[in-house]
Amino acid sequence: MSKKEKKRFRRILISAVLTAAALLVPDVPGWLGYVSVALYLAAYVVSGSDVLINAVRGIGSGSVFDENFLMSVATLGAIALGDLTEAVSVMLFYQIGELFQSLAVSRSRKNITALMDIRPDTAMIETESGMQEVDPESIPEGSEIIVRTGDKIPIDGVVTEGSGELNTAALTGESKPRYVVPGDEVISGCVNNGTMLRIRTTKSFGESTVSKILELVENSSFKKAKAEAFISRFAKYYTPAVCIAALILAVIPPLFTGSWSVWIHRALTFLVISCPCALLLSIPLAFFGSIGGASRSGILIKGGTDVESLASIRTAVMDKTGTLTEGSFRVSGVSPADGIAADHLVNAAAAAETYSTHPIANALREYAGTTADPSLITEASDIAGQGVRAVCGGSTILAGNSKLMKAENIAFVTESFSGTTVYVAENGQFLGSIRISDSLKPTAAETVGRLASSGVRCVMLTGDSENSAASTAAELGISEYRAGLLPADKVSFVESLISELNGKGTVAFVGDGNNDAPVLMRADVGIAMGALGSDAAIEAADIVLMDDDPSKICTAMEISRRCMRVVKENIVFALGIKALCLILGALGIAGMWPAIFADVGVMVISVINSARLLKKI
Amino acid sequence: MTKKFNIEVDCATCAAKVEDAIRSIPGVKSASVSFMTQKMSLEADEERFPSILKDCLKAARKIEPEFDIEF
Repeated sequence: MSKKEKKRFRRILISAVLTAAALLVPDVPGWLGYVSVALYLAAYVVSGSDVLINAVRGIGSGSVFDENFLMSVATLGAIALGDLTEAVSVMLFYQIGELFQSLAVSRSRKNITALMDIRPDTAMIETESGMQEVDPESIPEGSEIIVRTGDKIPIDGVVTEGSGELNTAALTGESKPRYVVPGDEVISGCVNNGTMLRIRTTKSFGESTVSKILELVENSSFKKAKAEAFISRFAKYYTPAVCIAALILAVIPPLFTGSWSVWIHRALTFLVISCPCALLLSIPLAFFGSIGGASRSGILIKGGTDVESLASIRTAVMDKTGTLTEGSFRVSGVSPADGIAADHLVNAAAAAETYSTHPIANALREYAGTTADPSLITEASDIAGQGVRAVCGGSTILAGNSKLMKAENIAFVTESFSGTTVYVAENGQFLGSIRISDSLKPTAAETVGRLASSGVRCVMLTGDSENSAASTAAELGISEYRAGLLPADKVSFVESLISELNGKGTVAFVGDGNNDAPVLMRADVGIAMGALGSDAAIEAADIVLMDDDPSKICTAMEISRRCMRVVKENIVFALGIKALCLILGALGIAGMWPAIFADVGVMVISVINSARLLKKI
Repeated sequence: MTKKFNIEVDCATCAAKVEDAIRSIPGVKSASVSFMTQKMSLEADEERFPSILKDCLKAARKIEPEFDIEF
């Protein structure tokens, strides 16, 4: 309990004891009656002094209709009608509710912040007097830090000494270990499970991945959801409306019936019911809890508005390479020409690609296993859009697509293959072809299936050829795809989908974030995948998936749908109970007790309902 | 220029009211008060920022006397 909460708790205790004493005083005429009144009044003042003071201050500052005012009028009215017990108990319960609310909220807040607190507080550096713990903020870019076994890496950098496994669970929500050796880049927030690492920092603390992520999640509460804004606006009209209704209730019926005290009492009940706190508190808590819970699963959501649009996704547009597929190419078949050894074909291709950085070149070199002696390669050039030409050990090797073969007038055998085919020729003679393909991510097909079964239309986009798109789509079970698209085409395609939906539901784009920034920005919901360490993606997207797992799209949607369900539940429940109690109060069926439940009880229940969202899915 | 501050605000209703009040202060371009994170973001002209921030604190204290901004 904080200081303020302890103070409130003490006041509640004292007031409760005074009330109990007052109840024990026998109800007989004479001086004992005054003792009981005095005890009640003391209990009232102890429990309600701050409410009364705030109410007066509220009137002074022009914002009349707040909860303090409502409670003051209701309880003072009850005192005026001679119902002291009621006045004290209403005030007492109101205070208990406030205390409970403050405890529940500060607890949730602590849970959420603990959840998000993946930022290490210290960093180790080596000085002349040995190792020393320092404030990571004070470490400039390019200095050397030490990360012991079991410690979190505080700042992004490059390993200079030591090796071992890193645990990325704090960032991705899954403990997929990553093995690092000197020369590898590491990002802050990972836990070192290997030997002691020396790291040369490449960023400042504030620019490092963990700091960026925390900033993003903290800022999420500034991007308020429509539901939150609606509730604030609603409260502005609701409270004065109820006050006016109470006034009418107190004045109009008694003009005809004459029973003033009955109707004033009903009007006071009205006032107690009318506090909108349940909604004002539980709805931001729901959004904040969901965003906190999502970050624990490695899903960063930038704001409450994004939770809303995630929940109403109707069309999911997914990029192929790197999102649904691994994005890493592998040799899947070798067809040497007649009389050529397969080894010769592969080695020739790998040698020709020695200096190329294209992913296909990497796949070829990896498959060949050997690297050609660089001194043998006397000439190497890229032919844009076709392939490479290299002179290796005196013979000219060509490796590339069919266009290259045609351009060089080489008699070759065409292959029809869904992936990429590399044709190889040596000194004008065709050696054969090598097939290279990209493999699907293990959860890709499952993701597409789950999205489709929850009523989301899935479309796959790719810059690749029609052939390879068709085979990937068939494997995934996606019926809609567009192939051969440039980044600008992707934007206009997503735009056409958005206008097709015409405001009914949202369009999400899922991409790897590196080349897709424009379309991530344009889509209603931009989801960047595998964004660990990619600033551009974190900047452009609304939702950031920290690892490469596409099934997190479904998790994110589930989290947001659950959040919206809780928000709706709370709105309907709180307003429903309040409306019911208002009607019953006006008719004189429900007295002060149901009124207190309608105020405090509803608030407590809806706060608990929102706090459920903190749990991991 | 947008700056973020740690604040102290006691209830969700007050936070909403303070946000409203701050938004209507001349010179404030946008403002958001988060009860959940106990943080406030304020966008205002750079040259007049300190004086605008003072106005904000004054307006907020009128609504909630215990409102505080950590500088």
